[in-house]
Amino acid sequence: MKTKRRFWMDGPYLIWTAAFIVIPLFTIVYYGLTDKTGAFTWSNIAQMGTPERLKALVLSLLLSLLATFICLIMAYPLALILTKMKIGATGFIVSIFIIPMWMNSLLRILAWQTLLERNGVINQILGFLHLPKQYLINTPYAIALGMIYDFLPFMLLPIYNSLEKIDSNVVNAAYDLGANKLQAFWKVIFPLTLPGVISGITMVFVPALTTFVISDFLGGSKVLLIGNVIEQQFTQVGDWNVGSGLSLVLMIFILISMAVMQHYDKDADDRVTAL
Amino acid sequence: MSNKLIDLQHITKAFDGNVVLDDLNLYIRENEFLTLLGPSGCGKTTMLRIMGGFETPDRGSVIFDGKDITSLAPNKRQLNTVFQKYALFPHMSVAENIAFGLRIRKKSEDYIRDKIRYALKLVNLEGFEERTPDSLSGGQQQRIAIARAIVNEPKVLLLDEPLGALDLKLRQDMQYELIRLKNELGITFIYVTHDQEEALTMSDTIVVMNQGYIQQIGTPEDIYNEPKNAFVADFIGDSNIIDGTMIQDQLVEIFGVRFACVDTGFGTMKPVDVVIRPEDLELIPVGEDAEPDSPAYQTAVSRATQINPGFFEGTVSHVIFKGMHYEMEVQAKGFEWLVLSTRLFQVGTRVLMSVDPYNIQIMNKPESEDEMAVKLDEHL
Repeated sequence: MKTKRRFWMDGPYLIWTAAFIVIPLFTIVYYGLTDKTGAFTWSNIAQMGTPERLKALVLSLLLSLLATFICLIMAYPLALILTKMKIGATGFIVSIFIIPMWMNSLLRILAWQTLLERNGVINQILGFLHLPKQYLINTPYAIALGMIYDFLPFMLLPIYNSLEKIDSNVVNAAYDLGANKLQAFWKVIFPLTLPGVISGITMVFVPALTTFVISDFLGGSKVLLIGNVIEQQFTQVGDWNVGSGLSLVLMIFILISMAVMQHYDKDADDRVTAL
Repeated sequence: MSNKLIDLQHITKAFDGNVVLDDLNLYIRENEFLTLLGPSGCGKTTMLRIMGGFETPDRGSVIFDGKDITSLAPNKRQLNTVFQKYALFPHMSVAENIAFGLRIRKKSEDYIRDKIRYALKLVNLEGFEERTPDSLSGGQQQRIAIARAIVNEPKVLLLDEPLGALDLKLRQDMQYELIRLKNELGITFIYVTHDQEEALTMSDTIVVMNQGYIQQIGTPEDIYNEPKNAFVADFIGDSNIIDGTMIQDQLVEIFGVRFACVDTGFGTMKPVDVVIRPEDLELIPVGEDAEPDSPAYQTAVSRATQINPGFFEGTVSHVIFKGMHYEMEVQAKGFEWLVLSTRLFQVGTRVLMSVDPYNIQIMNKPESEDEMAVKLDEHL
């Protein structure tokens, strides 16, 4: 009886996990490690070694690191300002950041395309002012811009939440014990928001590393990210084995980055929970 | 003891148009254990935060050791605060918490190590250096918060309801700890609480506050025995507060009965508040059906009149055993009197109730809020 009820409680989640996480994951691992005949091979993994793909991987890593970093230095001060504001105003500003997230991300990127194009809005304004046209679209910078725009809320919200949770008297205690604003920030406020910073970094870095939509629209065919390379394998080349192999390599980079993040997070956590 | 260490002058503070402190004057002497006592919302915590530098008064000034510190930042003040709910740094060990202020002041690591050991010894938590705040009980966190404050050798320690979150037994233990600490450190303690028992136990001076005004300043004995008005009497311990009329000096009429008292200078036929502590009411039993002219009744009357020419006749309506004493309610003249006595009178007992003239407190009725405020020059 008891086990039966257990199943009805847990069952849906187990089925969900199996159907949408475990099975797809194993499918990718299977395709990634076999050739067209179904025989085991490392060659799909090794496909990452071509200069073109390595270049895409390195560029992806660089651009996602850049976007994550800029998101962080933009979101943190903003979150600090938000926590200092009156309740009503905070809700307003937060919703300004959230509402765009309700819109299709494709649309938002398309909007940037329209703005950045060779004959787009920005260049038209420049022309109107008799300034030379700029090459904006189809550059790595355009892609970074798209990433920052798209993922900034994912950095802002966890940091804002962790700032909100800090007891104001804990900060007052730092001042009381002689700390100036800078010392109070680096010794008390920042360490206490580290979990929020870590989850913000993860939530920006991982989707930025794997994106192909942003680079498709803002990078054209000129700038390839690893996401585009993998996408092409599935949609254009039709080679699922190589596509899966490349995905596995990318997954390893993501796992490494998450492990690094977890390590820092744990440092903060251990202090709090250890006896 | 006579040196004014902190002098608060004409402090006024309002939040969103709500006046929390109104032209408040108070000084605190060196080495004093001063308690700000009052119900929540009386302005006591705001006062403390103004002294700590976390609020700036709208008007008035804070003089510390002869210098005006009204707008000085909290980190530049020679006082430390023990916050409500302790406010320990959750990401630091106990030792790091205590060392915080010392590291900011760039003290040597040797000095810091000695100070941590000294402070932990002082609060009876030796060996707790590497623990984290959330592994400690409320009482232990409390002590660490105190240790963290006192290693900086402040001249004044501000304590904001520090025992509020602790259970009764622990609270009582911590009261003795705080008195011991204060004596060992020889510094000024300013303590905020709404708990009158805490205030009476620990303080040299109690400042009773209500609605942004100081109601009375005095020693615990003064405050308890000579409350200045009905609010203080009601807030400090239990009291019977009744309307009365001052007939003339040393004679007050309550519910149509005239009682001798010792107060003078209230004028004649003046409405006053009369306060009688429940332990000061004396009960004399009368037989269930004793006629007023029976000898038993007359004996009781003569015993009552020996205490005070005035007395009431009433019936015990309620009894609660409180351990050390009985708490009783006596119905007399349509009023429920609270009486404490070590002697038990069963419910339904007919009693005569009298009170020693010295134990009747007469107070002017407050005519306005302003009159409830005590002027500065009445401070001791």
